[in-house]
Amino acid sequence: MRLSLLPLILVIAAVGCSSKIAPTEQAEEQAAEKITVNRELTGDVSIDGSSTVYPISEAAAAQFQKRYPNVGVTVGQSGTGGGFKRFTKGETDISDASRSIKQEEFESARQSGAAFVEMPIAFDGLTIVVHPKNDWVDQITVDELKKIFTAEGQAKNWSDVREGWPEKEIAIFAPGTDSGTFDYFNEVVAGEDGQMRSDMSTSEDDNVLVTGVSGSPEAIGFFGVAYYEENKDKLRAVPVVNPQSGEAVLPNPETIESGEYAPFSRPLFIYVNADSLRRPEVKRFAQFYLEQAPELAAETGYVALPASVYDQVRTNLQSRKTGTHYLTEEGESRSGPVTEVYAPENLHSF
Amino acid sequence: MSQPHPGSPNPPESVGPPESVGQPESGDQPESKSALGREPLAAQSPAAQSPAVRLREGRGRIRLNVAFFALCVATAAISVLTLIFLLSSILREGVPYLTPTLMTSGPQPVPEEAGIWPALTGTIWVCTLCGLLTLPIGIATAILLEEFRPRNRWGAMFHGLIQLNITNLAGVPSVVYGILGLTAFVGMFGLFQVPGASGAPAFEQGVQYYDQFFSEGERAVLVPVADRDAPMSEVREGMTAYDVDLEPIEVHVIEPGGDYPEDPEVLAYTLFSDAEAGRIDKRAWYYFRLPFGRGVLTGALTLMLVILPIVIISSQEALRAVPSSLRDGARGLGATPWQVVWNVSLPAAIPGIMTGAILAMSRAIGEAAPILIIAGIVYISRGPQHLMDDFTVMPMQIFNWTGRPQEGFHGIAAAAIIVLLLILLSFNAVAVLIRQKLQKPLS
Repeated sequence: MRLSLLPLILVIAAVGCSSKIAPTEQAEEQAAEKITVNRELTGDVSIDGSSTVYPISEAAAAQFQKRYPNVGVTVGQSGTGGGFKRFTKGETDISDASRSIKQEEFESARQSGAAFVEMPIAFDGLTIVVHPKNDWVDQITVDELKKIFTAEGQAKNWSDVREGWPEKEIAIFAPGTDSGTFDYFNEVVAGEDGQMRSDMSTSEDDNVLVTGVSGSPEAIGFFGVAYYEENKDKLRAVPVVNPQSGEAVLPNPETIESGEYAPFSRPLFIYVNADSLRRPEVKRFAQFYLEQAPELAAETGYVALPASVYDQVRTNLQSRKTGTHYLTEEGESRSGPVTEVYAPENLHSF
Repeated sequence: MSQPHPGSPNPPESVGPPESVGQPESGDQPESKSALGREPLAAQSPAAQSPAVRLREGRGRIRLNVAFFALCVATAAISVLTLIFLLSSILREGVPYLTPTLMTSGPQPVPEEAGIWPALTGTIWVCTLCGLLTLPIGIATAILLEEFRPRNRWGAMFHGLIQLNITNLAGVPSVVYGILGLTAFVGMFGLFQVPGASGAPAFEQGVQYYDQFFSEGERAVLVPVADRDAPMSEVREGMTAYDVDLEPIEVHVIEPGGDYPEDPEVLAYTLFSDAEAGRIDKRAWYYFRLPFGRGVLTGALTLMLVILPIVIISSQEALRAVPSSLRDGARGLGATPWQVVWNVSLPAAIPGIMTGAILAMSRAIGEAAPILIIAGIVYISRGPQHLMDDFTVMPMQIFNWTGRPQEGFHGIAAAAIIVLLLILLSFNAVAVLIRQKLQKPLS
């Protein structure tokens, strides 16, 4: 009996041990596989620009530096316009942008010889939010938003927006006029020549807007989807009627990626200086950024672009195709879903 | 208050005293008579020999005093309660995040891994430099304005103009100084503009440029070049080259289409003759450039602009508080103005000057706006290595974290605020200590 039991115990012990050890070994192997530290690559990568894109760039930089500890990456947040001002003079290697480059900025880049590769990296869905107790706004159209947010609309009460809505004064919260978020909303709702109304509560800090809207049942506001995702319990997102299909759509990763959530899903970009791309550290960083973009976007509260767009970006980056897809040869800005605009035939090169 | 009440059975008695007091006063009797309700107090007062009218006024006076005292207590209580509320909410939110990681790590996308080390060292660098620059200039200006007052008319006008400007500058918003710093220090008014490449320095010291090649064995090969704009180096046998630690190495060159070596040790430093390189630079600790660019020195100079008026004004006050009898005594002994300043006024004023200077430094530590304008960097993984290095400061890092949507970042922002508050508190403690150590009776 004893003799026959001993091997059994040994086997059980061995199995027990191996089942305990195996996963940790695997995890270690995986970790070692994941991060191969390369100390050979040295140099600096300087990034500046949009504060909306900042979290993605910060995550990319932090993960890149774990792999290449001798490369110094700095990320600033001077805003999209401020970032382009430096980038188009050739001061920075990469510019974060929450909108595509403007004609003046493109011209300035052309003059100083700062050719660049345009890389869309993620989607941001502008979310229209109301207080959870607001039970009358079931969906909203762009025209109704126009009544609320623009200078010509000037709706005072909810009843001015749609008949049947209560006669209560609207409390409006919007991001600051310097932000790319405001610019984008302005372009979509008020149009190129239209103006947003000036009697709204604005703040550069979107957390202030969250507090504002969640504090008043008559409030409406808008900001990036990441702020809504973190405050779902305090706010309610309003489905926006897609002008093409006529269907009301809620912003979530699926509807934003598929383009159903229109017109309020906007692409976020990084612009990479083509001269800087000749430096191995910048080239590897840009490649790394692109590879990791879907994951980084999801981690930081944004939405990944369709794979076809990433493929196109990869092609442009590899062959260093410079120029923008968002301006025509005549300097007019192009708008539309990124899948259509970011196509080889639309490339306006230097 | 044991005096009879107006409603008590014997009013005539109680009416008596006020009348007797009121009589000497001119023409206020009817009023004092009718004001029976005020008798008790009035009845107490004959000993003080004050007229009833003045007493009535006196009661208003006392009431006013009580009201003023209550107002003072309420004001103080409001500010203290607000402070307590703010501090307790920050402590409640921040204390769980006060971990060793917070102190040693850099900015990270995950709040639990993120830290303030680069921002903290950036703040220390900038503020130390700022102090070293501000104190001599500020104190010297105060001495000029207080101890060397000009006697002639034009001198006095010039003196008055400087004084007026300094007083006004103390009220200028700091963001304006940021814009000034951007023009004056970052670009130096375009004086050192290099045609073509903006941001490239016109003059540099303490930097070595290298062309970074990658060998067939994926190793870095650094080839030194003369300067930033030198033509890209061509790969040839026997050229000077270093590995990543700047140890000299021998490069093995192969032609495209030639034999490819198999030995990994040879491959490590094997380059194709048409290999591509990127230019990098290695900067020494004494690196210096003109214009200054967006480095630590620019940050310190800009903050110097912010706090210089405060330092000057507080130093002036300290010097003014030195009794002139001390100066007169020294002059009487035949001391020159310099001897008076160096041996008499300055030593006597040092405690006041230091207090003002340290309070000004506390302001500099907390400034985010000017730094945002001149540098704007938030993500950086290491502290500054030289005077012109990129940097960020704690208020910028806190500003960034509080604007993030994720709750965890608000927590580490609170923790960073606690660290910043501790630094500020220790600064103020030093100010108090210096005052206590150095303050001697002056007369």
